[in-house]
Order: sequence, then C-alpha cells, then structure tokens
Amino acid sequence: MEEPALVLEGIRAGYGDFQALFDVGLRVTPGEAVGVVGPNGAGKTTLLRVISGMIRPTRGTARFGEVDIAATPAHELPASGIAHVPENRRLFPHLTVEENLKVGAFIPSARKRFAERSEYVFNLFPKMAQRRHQLAGTMSGGEQQMCAIGRALMSSPRILLLDEPSAGLAPIVVAQVFELVKRIRDEGLTVLIVEQNVAQVLRVVDRAYVLDAGRVVAEGASADLAADPAIRNSYLGGH
Amino acid sequence: MDPFLLEALVNGILLGGVFALPVLGCNLVFGVVDVVWLCYAELVMVGMYAVWFLHTQQAWPLYLAFAAALPLVGLLGVLLHLIVVKPLLGAPPINQLLATGGVLFVLQGGAMLVFGTDFRSLGVELPPMEWHDVFVSGTKLAAFCAALAGAAALWAFLKFTYIGIAIRAIARDREVMPLMGVDPRRVYVVASAVGGALAGLAACLLVVQLDVHPFIGLSFGPITFMICVMGGLGNMLGGFLAAFLMGLIVSTGSFWWNTEMSYVIAFAFFIAVIFGRPRGLFAR
Ligand SMILES: Nc1ncnc2c1ncn2[C@@H]1O[C@H](COP(=O)(O)OP(=O)(O)OP(=O)(O)O)[C@@H](O)[C@H]1O
Ligand SMILES: [Mg+2]
Repeated sequence: MEEPALVLEGIRAGYGDFQALFDVGLRVTPGEAVGVVGPNGAGKTTLLRVISGMIRPTRGTARFGEVDIAATPAHELPASGIAHVPENRRLFPHLTVEENLKVGAFIPSARKRFAERSEYVFNLFPKMAQRRHQLAGTMSGGEQQMCAIGRALMSSPRILLLDEPSAGLAPIVVAQVFELVKRIRDEGLTVLIVEQNVAQVLRVVDRAYVLDAGRVVAEGASADLAADPAIRNSYLGGH
Repeated sequence: MDPFLLEALVNGILLGGVFALPVLGCNLVFGVVDVVWLCYAELVMVGMYAVWFLHTQQAWPLYLAFAAALPLVGLLGVLLHLIVVKPLLGAPPINQLLATGGVLFVLQGGAMLVFGTDFRSLGVELPPMEWHDVFVSGTKLAAFCAALAGAAALWAFLKFTYIGIAIRAIARDREVMPLMGVDPRRVYVVASAVGGALAGLAACLLVVQLDVHPFIGLSFGPITFMICVMGGLGNMLGGFLAAFLMGLIVSTGSFWWNTEMSYVIAFAFFIAVIFGRPRGLFAR
C-alpha cells in the first residue's frame, strides 16, 4: 500500500469567535520528518488538533491520503494511521504503563497486534518494560513522555504528531527525547513535530514551518531555516 | 465474644456486600458519564419485580429469572442513558439530576400501575447456618457471596478488558480519548449497560431478602447515595469499602439500640464525614 501524504490547504480554525489559524497550508510527504516552530500562542497546538480531528477547520481542506480529515470523526482517524501525542502528554496517571499502552491499542487492528507492538515499544524504551506495572503518574517527566509516545505508537500509525515532547524536561532528557524522535524517523515513520526548542528540533527534521500569530511566516529545509538571519533573530534568540 | 455482637458484626459485613453492588453501579456510571442516576434504586426495584414476575407468575425456574434480570436491567440502563441522559449531557448537573429524579417517579408510578401497591414475596428462604451459637441467614450468606462474585467480575472487567481499561481512563480524561480511537459516546453506553446490569444483580440479591413493592427503592436508595458520597463519588474502591463500613454501622447500631436508631446513627456518621472529609473518606 502506498503511504499517504498529509496535505493542508487554506486552513482556518479557532475557538468560538476566536480565530487561531489563518489560511495555513502544510504538506508532509511519506517518510519525512517535519517541524512546526513558533512562539507561544502561535497556533501550533491548534494546527495539530485540526490534523487529529479534535477541532474542525472553519475553512480549507485537510487530507491524509484519501481521508478527508475534516469530514471524519476524530475517533476514526487513528484507524487511518494518525497518532497524536498531545501537549502535556495527557497520560492516564492512575493506570499502569501497560494499561496506558492498552488504551493506545484500543482500535481493533491494534488489539490484534498488541503483543507485537508492545514488544516494539519496549524495545524502543527498555525502561518502559521494567516499569510496565508501575502507575504512569509515578514516573519521571521524561519517562512519562516516553510512555505517551509509546502509547501513540501502539496503533501502528503512519504519521506521528508530537506536540512539544521536550517541554518541561531537563536538558539531558530533552536530548534523549530528540534522539528518540530521530530514531523513530530513521525507521521510516512520518513525523510532524511541534517544538519551541527550535535549535534542537531543526537538527532532527528535514523541513520546518514557522508559525506566528496563526500564519505560516516561513518554511524551508531545516538547514536553510537555521542559517536564515531573520529566523535566527526572531525565533532562535539571535544565537 | 458475645455471640449476639458477633452475629451483628457478621450481619453488618453481609449487609455491606449487598450495599456494595448498587454503590459500584452508581459510581461506575457517575465516573464515566458524570451524571448521577438518582433513580438507581428504582432500577433495582424493576429488576426485583422482574424476578418475582418471572418466577411466581410465569413459573420460570429461579436461576433463569435471575439470569434474565441482569440483561433486562442492563438494557433499561442503556435506554435510560439514550433517552434521558444523553440529550442532557451538556446541560447543567441540576437538570440532569432533575431528569433522572423524574425517572424515579415514573418507575415508581409505573410499578404501582402494573403491580399495585401489594408487597410481593418470592417465598424462597435458605436454612440458617449455625457456627458456635452464631446464626447466620443462609439466604443472606448466599446473597453476600453473589455480591462479592459480582464485584470481582466487575473488577476483572475493568482491569483486563480493553473497554474496561478505557472506562477507567475516560473517568479521568474524556477529551483525549478520541486520539486513541475511543468514541466516548460508545463508552457511555457500555458503562450504562454495566451499571444497569449491576442493578439487576442487586435486584436478585434483594428480592430473596425483601418483599418488593413500588416504594422499596426508598429503603436503600438514600443509603446507597450516602455511601457513594462517603467513599468519594466515582471512587469505586472507596465506595466498596464505605459500603462495608455502613453495613457495620447499621447492624451494630441495631444491636446496641434498635433498627430505627441505627439508621439515625448512620446518617449522623454520614454528616460528620461530609463535614470532615467533603471529598470522601478515601480522598487523597
Ligand atoms: N481551548 C481554547 N479556547 C480558546 N482559545 C484557545 C484555546 N486553546 C488555545 N487558544 C488560543 O488559540 C491561540 C493558539 O493557541 P495554541 O495552543 O494553538 O498555541 P501554541 O502555538 O500551541 O502555543 P504554546 O507554544 O504556548 O503551546 C492562542 O491565542 C490561545 O490563547
Ligand atoms: Mg501548544
């Protein structure tokens, strides 16, 4: 089966009367790792929520391969291959690591492959295997992030959406998270990652979009963006 | 130890087991759907009538009548959800309470119309058991064992099945569930069916101990909600433990004073708990 591409065109979305995204276009081709960077409140999370069906765009089209995202209920999108690791992880702290993974494997196709997928996840995060019976809420922030990513991987996604996986983690753990993202993409999984850690994310993605106040203000190959003086000044703290 | 006190303690534990089922059912529904079924005891009442009707009027064997009560009241739970609760999911909690409270009167009135106000007895009784001068009703003991079996089955369902784990997850964070491919509306229906089936099981255990009449719900409905609040609304384990605590308070209260007084004491204890620990005895 040919891998689907994610294509957004002219997306407008918001919350009630408040518009958070203005005519956003974005494309992620299979096998690519793409970043979305930008300041607080730029609309990065809103963009991922549109892609995983959590909010409906008021205008524009969003497609993942043959699937019309805007016309599909959110809970049916995981079955078409979209997995979203939400902002702040949103693990179930009162469930064990293994139970969190089981929630991630809720859809019928994933249940059938639970043993195989959990082995894959435990192989990716050996720590999770040791902690499979521990309550997720009692783990460190980094471990919880690994668990949240593992939970998303349980459904055998074809695109992984990550919303600030490095937020709130110690620098050494941040490096581990990015290392992991790199590994996942090197295995061929398509990744769309939102980050405020601009310098680090540009090292693991092929391309990136710069979102500011709900608009795409720049896009390009990571190396070009990292070298662009205007981008460096505005979003990389001028270093 | 005084055999009568021992008997009271044993009876308290047996009573706690019977309280536990409706408490678990209410907490399950509340934890998942976030709506209190004020008519929960009346669902039990319907189940009691069903068993009585099938067994005494239709001459079904008792076990078949029991087996029918579970899916029947489970279905009633689903209908309650789809017809009454679902349209009000976005409404203020007071409206939801009023609506399920309205169903309470509908079920009471319906039972009165169909079965009249007579007390209906199943007329089954197991012989009492004796152990060192302590007498325990065989019926109560059997009901207790069935209640524990029901609670254990519920635990296994919530612990080991995908939908059961999703039920525990959704009680904590419902917005995130679609990201895992879970349709919360479907989980609500499943929780309502299981909550109803627990009322059906409770009905089987109660109908062998009490005569059924249209207002029977009033004799255990209020105490069920008291126990739920004491254990922490939505907290299954807390409710389960509080059910036994309440059973012991009621039965030792009757031992030291009398039955009426024991419910006064239970209520006073409840008031003290909600003042001291408004979020339940076991809230962290
Ligand atoms: N649930 C909501 N209701 C109303 N407005 C919201 C809601 N969520 C976000 N917004 C607003 O939409 C805009 C975009 O928010 P969004 O969360 O997408 O930004 P972000 O780029 O992810 O920011 P951050 O880096 O802080 O996570 C912000 O102005 C925010 O205040
Ligand atoms: Mg965000």
